[in-house]
Amino acid sequence: MQLRVRDRWPIVLLALAACEPVAMLEPVQRLSETGLYADIATHRVASDVIAFEPQYPLWSDGASKRRWIRLPAGSSIDASDPNAWIFPVGTQLWKEFAFETRVETRYLEKREDGTWLRVSYAWDADQRDARIVPASGLCNAAQSTSGLPYDIPSRTDCASCHAQGDGVLGFSSLQLSADRDPLALHATRSAASELNLATLVKRGLVVGLQSELLQTPPRIQAANPRERAVLGYLHANCGTCHSGSGLLSGLDLKLSVNAGSSDLSAIDTTVDRPSRYRPADWPHDPIVRVQPGSPAASTLLARMSTRFPAAQMPPIGTHCVDVEALALIESWIRDDLAVRESEPRTEL
Amino acid sequence: MSKVIFSSLSLAALVAFGATWLPDKPVSNRSSLVERGRYLVEAMACSDCHTPWHMGPQGPEPDASRGLSGHPEGMKLPAAPDLGAGPWLMSVAATNTAWSGPWGVSFTANLTPDDETGIGKWTEDNFIAALRTGKHLGVGRPILPPMPWPAFAKLTDEDLRAMFAYLKSEPAIKNRVPEPLAPRN
Repeated sequence: MQLRVRDRWPIVLLALAACEPVAMLEPVQRLSETGLYADIATHRVASDVIAFEPQYPLWSDGASKRRWIRLPAGSSIDASDPNAWIFPVGTQLWKEFAFETRVETRYLEKREDGTWLRVSYAWDADQRDARIVPASGLCNAAQSTSGLPYDIPSRTDCASCHAQGDGVLGFSSLQLSADRDPLALHATRSAASELNLATLVKRGLVVGLQSELLQTPPRIQAANPRERAVLGYLHANCGTCHSGSGLLSGLDLKLSVNAGSSDLSAIDTTVDRPSRYRPADWPHDPIVRVQPGSPAASTLLARMSTRFPAAQMPPIGTHCVDVEALALIESWIRDDLAVRESEPRTEL
Repeated sequence: MSKVIFSSLSLAALVAFGATWLPDKPVSNRSSLVERGRYLVEAMACSDCHTPWHMGPQGPEPDASRGLSGHPEGMKLPAAPDLGAGPWLMSVAATNTAWSGPWGVSFTANLTPDDETGIGKWTEDNFIAALRTGKHLGVGRPILPPMPWPAFAKLTDEDLRAMFAYLKSEPAIKNRVPEPLAPRN
């Protein structure tokens, strides 16, 4: 295939956000047509959608969120692999982002061929409906609570996070455990957080789940409550990409936590491990991801602390540093890990 | 070190011009895959930025001893010139490997197959995804200007596989390219 003359001109060197639209079926143009609401004008959701709340939410510059799922009648989620649930064709998920008023609602729908439709809807000013966002996303769609711009991501960016497993985040064994972490950052308690593994299995919406996970709901095995919250935060905010598999497997960095096991990969692949990120004039040697006792010498924190696009973590979806998370993880590195280093390692 | 001011369009035009000459021919085996990759890498001017330039007897030329190894690790640069407001947008070091603009300062990557400093641990999927999405490793931070990845994104998977095969076949050069620098303001 040769490039045509007219294809040359759009080469834009400064196109940091340039993306190719993802091939997809035709999505509906308005949120009201997706079936989430019985009456969108009054924001009354349909009776057959199920609200849920993961115990470890993703930080999105302070946006408040609500989430719903609908499975086709008579279908269920295959949870045979507790860390890779398989959703039935026709599954619909919605996630609403708000800063006092609704800004966007993201929508996933599983197609017949097993791929997912991924689109976002931007709410009208009068909050009576939301319109589909172009594939390239929408910059400056709102202001976050910190006054920084809030962008609705492109569909390419959607795929960056939702490419792992069956592409659903936040609806999993660990995230819906009844043994919720009381120290989880940014978590909210509502009726939605009452949905858990047991209720899903009881309603026949989840099948194949190991009985052990019902008897003993999954919980991150950590040395202390603070470490549990740290590992949960890293799981939700970093572990989607840094899962130890997929495109980033070569980094040997796993920040996700497998449910139903003593998975301390987030510690094993960071503490005293060489960092590939080596900023100029870094005053510490060796350069490691996490240096027990020294937050300032830990590149993991350095990348969480910046919003310079070429260095920030996460690389998308945020303009605002999560200061609560920084404080939590600083304390963990400075206090908990320093103690851990001085003690013999025991199986938890 | 002297610096040259470029128009951003010059590189884009060069890449686009090269791309029009690329015939679409099937690749039958590993050897021809590598040869196809060499052809594409050379025709699409990868070396113009990913090989440091130095002054040769005939004037500026790529330093063959550092082929495709990116911005030299040990090279100390003064701060990039402040171009102020106006039509001039970017400046570039004489090596053609360090670029300054509104995005900060970017340094061209080491494309040789060194495990620690190059693309030795990259998979073919990483390479293709990076050039399709403009994201490091295909999922990470944005690949900064002036890398014209939107042009490369238009290549076929087969062409991108060929380019990767060629790059992986070249000698590994250990050269840890600096991290990008943030804009002054």
